[in-house]
Amino acid sequence: MPLLQIENLMAYYGPIRALNDISLTIEDGEIVCLLGGNASGKSTTMKTILGIVRPASGSVRFGGERIDRLPTQAIVMRGISLVPEARRLFGRMTVRENLALGAYARRHAPAAEADADYDRIFSLFPRVKERLDQYAGTLSGGEQQMVAIGRALMARPRLLLMDEPSMGLAPVFVDQVFDIIRAINQQGTTILVVEQNAAVALSIAHRGYVLRNGRVVHTDTAAALLASDEIRRAYLGDEE
Amino acid sequence: MTFADILAILPQQLVFGITLGTAYGLIAIGYTMVYGVLFMINFAHGDVFMIGAYVGWALLGMLFASHVVPMHPMIVLPLLLVGAMVMTGAIGLLLERLAYRPLYQRGATRLGPLISAVGASIFLQNAVMLIAGAREKVYMTYSVFPRTWRFAVAGINVSVLVIVIASIALLMMLGLHWLVQRTWLGRSIRAVAEDREMAAVMGIDVWRVVALTFCIGSALGGAAGVLIGFYYTQINFYMGYAAGLKAFTAAVLGGIGNVRGAMLGGLILGIVESLAVTFINPAFKDVIAFVVLILVLMFRPGGILGEALPDWKRV
Ligand SMILES: Nc1ncnc2c1ncn2[C@@H]1O[C@H](COP(=O)(O)OP(=O)(O)O)[C@@H](O)[C@H]1O
Ligand SMILES: [Mg+2]
Repeated sequence: MPLLQIENLMAYYGPIRALNDISLTIEDGEIVCLLGGNASGKSTTMKTILGIVRPASGSVRFGGERIDRLPTQAIVMRGISLVPEARRLFGRMTVRENLALGAYARRHAPAAEADADYDRIFSLFPRVKERLDQYAGTLSGGEQQMVAIGRALMARPRLLLMDEPSMGLAPVFVDQVFDIIRAINQQGTTILVVEQNAAVALSIAHRGYVLRNGRVVHTDTAAALLASDEIRRAYLGDEE
Repeated sequence: MTFADILAILPQQLVFGITLGTAYGLIAIGYTMVYGVLFMINFAHGDVFMIGAYVGWALLGMLFASHVVPMHPMIVLPLLLVGAMVMTGAIGLLLERLAYRPLYQRGATRLGPLISAVGASIFLQNAVMLIAGAREKVYMTYSVFPRTWRFAVAGINVSVLVIVIASIALLMMLGLHWLVQRTWLGRSIRAVAEDREMAAVMGIDVWRVVALTFCIGSALGGAAGVLIGFYYTQINFYMGYAAGLKAFTAAVLGGIGNVRGAMLGGLILGIVESLAVTFINPAFKDVIAFVVLILVLMFRPGGILGEALPDWKRV
């Protein structure tokens, strides 16, 4: 049974159709990459998984259970976390409070577990520990991305959704972010990542889906997508 | 009035102003918290405050008539405050559930909930008038705080009542501040206020937080109703209008959406009002708030502690 199974998903913003019959699956332990140009429906796919956008039809199953009619908080409680596009930290709160909010779903867990989670974040991102009492809004873009990833990990998700984690980051940070994604995956978290930076994303992913106008137009292993001429032309910056 | 005269009554007026200001601050918190999570002005909040005053009045009358407890402030005040806060907290929950949430969940414009709030305000005033009658009610303040309970500090004449009112209001504000800064509920309230969608993604039940925010704000307003009842000794079913307007002004003055701003704005407005009544003209009592509101909106619409609001959060 796949960890996440989306079937025939349709979603609208008012009259605008954002998702047109999307189906995709994610197996336990995978890194799956979602590619596609601007406005192709990548963010909407993630929002629909989380119940922020309600599908008009189709289904989303997580661990076999239908979640497409559940409220967002209930979906999050089942083990799905999001690193949102543009990070969206709580800028008027400290880094510590942002991480604490990430653990909201686990707030009744023993304190020792929360401590272990903080230690895990600090070992992935030593910089975050130095910034704990700073307001999140005052951090640099790279630091904010570390906190956003840390915040999502605090919930101990089984599935981590990452929407353009390298957007707006300096090149050194981009490589670092992808190293971290691989490390998180090796620690046992399944990952769905949206990226504009297709070459880097495919280099760490197992499989990929390509969206266009809200439809899945290609799906294959990452290696095959990397090798495909069409993909190279459209998403890897090779000129037509 | 000579300068010496002014100096002589200034401290006295400051004491009154601070007392009144803490009560305004307590009401203002309700406006500002609800605005924080829902970006709407709950115009029925002044009437929730009024209901708090009526519940306190009714309980005080019952306690006085039944002789079950001695009429000591340490016994009477907690009973009245708890009674008023439970009642107004429940009304806050009902208001949110019946008057506002249905509108938001059906995708209301910004105007819809405001109109609903005005309707709720009219409903609450008339309900109280029908239940309790249209005549003014008198708080038996002096059965709990005898007129002789006053003392002089450095030439200022202070009553125990005034000290108790200001202390209770301050303690409640401190308690709220602790709740907002240190508890899971407080963190959730701030998260919802800052980014509702991300709050949900953290696993927070956003509508539950909104409901609890209404409940807390209303309960504090209800407590302020009891305190103001003791202070002015006379209450009526339309008192929520002027008090609500002043507290709303206090909230805007401090920076709408900012809890500390509401407390500060309340204090400033209370003091300004007391001084203006004494040194300019007592008839201006209820005009001062309007003047302050207009000045703030003209020169510093974000308020003292408020930040520049993004367009989508503006009133
Ligand atoms: N909040 C919104 N309101 C209306 N339309 C939206 C909204 N968000 C996205 N869209 C539209 O939905 C389509 C898909 O958007 P999105 O999922 O954000 O694409 P991507 O993440 O691939 O760039 C686009 O046409 C976009 O304009
Ligand atoms: Mg996007």
